[in-house]
Amino acid sequence: MSIGLTSAAYIAASVLFILALGGLSNQEKAKRAIWYGIIGMAVAVFATWFAEGVANRFLILICVAAGAYAGHYIAGRVKMTEMPQLVAALHSFVGLAAVFIGLNADIMLSAVTAMREAGTAIGDADLTSFGKKLWYKDAVEISILKVELFLGIFIGAITFTGSVIAYGKLAGKVDGKPTQLPGGHALNAGALALCLVLGLMYLGGSGIWTMVLVTLIAGFIGWHLILGIGGADMPVVVSMLNSYSGWAAAAIGFTLGNDLLIVTGALVGSSGAILSYIMCKAMNRKFINVILGGFGGTTGPQMEVEGEQVAIDTDGVASALNEADSVIIIPGYGMAVAQAQQQVSELVRKLRAQGKNVRFAIHPVAGRLPGHMNVLLAEARVPYDIVMEMDEINDDFPKTDVAIVIGSNDIVNPAAQDDPNSPIAGMPVLECWKAKQVFVMKRGQGTGYSGIENPLFFKENTRMFYGDAKASLDKLLPMID
Amino acid sequence: MKIGTPKELFDGEARVAMTPESAVLLQKLGHECVIEAGAGAAAGFSDTLYKDAGVTVVKTAAALFKAADVIAKVRPPEEVEVKRLRDGQTLISFFYPGANDALMNRIAKKGTTVIAMDMVPRISRAQKMDALSSMANIAGYRAVIEAGNNFGRFFTGQVTAAGKVPPAKVLVVGAGVAGLAAIGTATSLGAITYAFDVRPEVAEQVESMGAEFVFLDFEEEQADGAATGGYAAVSSPEFREAQLAKFRELAPDVDIVITTALIPNREAPELWTEDMVAAMKPGSVIIDLAAEKGGNCKLTVMDQKIVTPNGVTIVGYTDFPSRMAAQSSSLYANNIRHMLADLTPQKDGVINHNMEDDVIRGATITYEKSVTFPPPPPKIQAIAAQKKEPTKVLTPEEVQAEEVAAFKAQTLSQVKILVVGGALMLLIGAYAPASFMQHFIVFVLAIFIGFQVIWNVAHALHTPLMATTNAISSIIIVGALLQIGSGNWLVVILSAIAVFIASINIVGGFMVTRRMLAMFQKS
Repeated sequence: MSIGLTSAAYIAASVLFILALGGLSNQEKAKRAIWYGIIGMAVAVFATWFAEGVANRFLILICVAAGAYAGHYIAGRVKMTEMPQLVAALHSFVGLAAVFIGLNADIMLSAVTAMREAGTAIGDADLTSFGKKLWYKDAVEISILKVELFLGIFIGAITFTGSVIAYGKLAGKVDGKPTQLPGGHALNAGALALCLVLGLMYLGGSGIWTMVLVTLIAGFIGWHLILGIGGADMPVVVSMLNSYSGWAAAAIGFTLGNDLLIVTGALVGSSGAILSYIMCKAMNRKFINVILGGFGGTTGPQMEVEGEQVAIDTDGVASALNEADSVIIIPGYGMAVAQAQQQVSELVRKLRAQGKNVRFAIHPVAGRLPGHMNVLLAEARVPYDIVMEMDEINDDFPKTDVAIVIGSNDIVNPAAQDDPNSPIAGMPVLECWKAKQVFVMKRGQGTGYSGIENPLFFKENTRMFYGDAKASLDKLLPMID
Repeated sequence: MKIGTPKELFDGEARVAMTPESAVLLQKLGHECVIEAGAGAAAGFSDTLYKDAGVTVVKTAAALFKAADVIAKVRPPEEVEVKRLRDGQTLISFFYPGANDALMNRIAKKGTTVIAMDMVPRISRAQKMDALSSMANIAGYRAVIEAGNNFGRFFTGQVTAAGKVPPAKVLVVGAGVAGLAAIGTATSLGAITYAFDVRPEVAEQVESMGAEFVFLDFEEEQADGAATGGYAAVSSPEFREAQLAKFRELAPDVDIVITTALIPNREAPELWTEDMVAAMKPGSVIIDLAAEKGGNCKLTVMDQKIVTPNGVTIVGYTDFPSRMAAQSSSLYANNIRHMLADLTPQKDGVINHNMEDDVIRGATITYEKSVTFPPPPPKIQAIAAQKKEPTKVLTPEEVQAEEVAAFKAQTLSQVKILVVGGALMLLIGAYAPASFMQHFIVFVLAIFIGFQVIWNVAHALHTPLMATTNAISSIIIVGALLQIGSGNWLVVILSAIAVFIASINIVGGFMVTRRMLAMFQKS
């Protein structure tokens, strides 16, 4: 296939990718748009496979087939509650691939440079298309290439180890609590400085060992950085790693002089960046503050919480639900942990069958992944048109008879609005306490991940429905009629 | 301990302080229960029911006072009952210590501990034993029923074959517990309900019950109820004038007026004047729940129903709770039971009269032979937090000015970013070779497209978005494909691995996205 045809295929793939992302603006369009993405990817891979200067085609076929089989196997088996860790794991692959390709580029660069200096004619060199590109590069271009290479490897390595740790934390294989080595962020800063020094040495011609070292040190930064971030901040972390995987692809695109990689990398990079921004905004925190861990400084003692938590039994909840006309359910990570989404869906089905207005209110940071709750509810066959975003539904609480909080805590904390000294002051929250009655399904009396007391639990119209969400709902369901 | 309940002596009092239901729960606290024969008869609880609940029925009041350690009653003790009280005994009843000073002193001298149910502090924790609220709730409900009984028309509007019936208009003055109960009852009967209160912060509660809050055109800062323990305070003469003017305006329209305005330890304020009564339509009804304290309407006669010359019925009954004795007894008995539960924290039938406890301290008016009334202020002030300052309403000019300012600020920041970005581009362009700049243009444009496209993605689809971008970012496979043909074996191995893992990503990412998207169903 000629270079012209390959380029044409790349343009088509870029357009298809943009359409695939644009189609995600609504659920129906998205089902079509995903095919644009798949076709775009197929076009890109086939065009490259047939492109000039690509050898070892059979090996490629084996690798692709094996990878496709593995991907198919994983994607077919993963549970929807495990989506966050799957996404994190997939990010790590992109990071690792970027590192390998970056190292390869350097190996090829030195090989080509050696041949050129030995006086071999280009025709005898048996180069790949990328090798030919390298052959014609002048000194300045090679310096730029080295910078790009450095960036690609650096970002790729951070993405790789960071994603691995994020995966571990989300899957519960690594302790979710923020932990750090002694030295904390000074250690990260030192490692970063070391990477920069090595990068400069590489630019000065110090050989591939500097890049291997950069890979290791950047890997350490990624590992240590994400280790210091708590489990509930993972939506931001996963979005950030998503973004990094894009930038790594773009950097490699520059190295290889391949516009398709650059375009796609930039698309993914900006997508992840926007997601991180939305998540931070929803927590009213600065991005840097989330990444470096810990909450913003508070200015004074928090408000004392008055009153007591009043428990309620299943009968009470059932009769309140039977009498209610409008119900809003606020799911959180606890629902995912208890695997209660099927029961919730069944409850909604029963209530809706009685003609009640039942809706869901989703806070942007509910769960461990942006949009996590939506996917879980969709899996349990909850129609997506009753699943509302925070801004769409927050004004409706005063008109609501019953609000049910299932496994969420900080996103329904009134202290964010009432108490300027609260660590989460200013964070937008779901104002469920304005409903006539609030039921909170919770395992026991305890604070959320941030350790902040939640005054909602002490409000007069709040009743605590203690117990495992799944078991409680199982008991509740037969009483709804 | 033995908890005993005598028959109420007060004439016409039908309530009883212990029900068979509450007796069972008291026994769970480790107490024994005793009741005077016939005590619950007027409220519909026969002696047999009590016996079935494990209560000992004694013949006479004298025997009961002798047997019981704790006397639970509704009304303050009568002369004969005071005589029967003894040292070390506890009396739990309504007492109104402010008005019954002499009685309180006498009982204190005898050594009887008195817990006055009307003195339970108004904090969240004590709501379950707040008998005043329970009784007020019943009074509010009953007031509407009583009004309906004396009102010759429907509450709800109807269009019948025989003609149209307009809905009744009800005005509730004073939105305390009784007022809110009245509002709830009136609205659920279908009446158009208006409500007024001097505490503007209750407007939200009133509206939540389905009534319309009557606002005054009055500028003065209105006293917040939170400062006075949730009760209304005396208002200024100007405020009163504005209020009366509003009522005058409403009087010809409303069919039923229910007044519940009381100020603690004062005579009830006059809110419904004679000229307002005169302005009302014949057949209208006024229920004055403040009759005991002189009435919110000066024409009210305590404990009587009168009809004015222009045909307005004014009801001044003060025994509304007693008129619903079964309901009020069961609520009051529950209040008593909660009080005893707090007094027996170990549930072992031993009363621990903890004077450090805010609720118990507040309600106890005589203890160890001395008068402990009035109580010190409670340690925790748990009345609802002050409402936030209402947001200032901006004039259209101010809004416009703000918009212009915001627009200018936005323009400024955008220009700044563009200038800095442009300078950066120039800097790069000055040094970087042409081949790099070509790619750089593509890169910058792609970021712009990315930002435009991603902002439109629905929040609900953020997880599919991440999975898709994941798959797409594996386009990095193209890089590995371009390298795999190299002669160097290390390069081949590394790129083969890269191709392998990128393939996992492509197939896994797209497949899982498809799985997710397929699940999103419309109802």
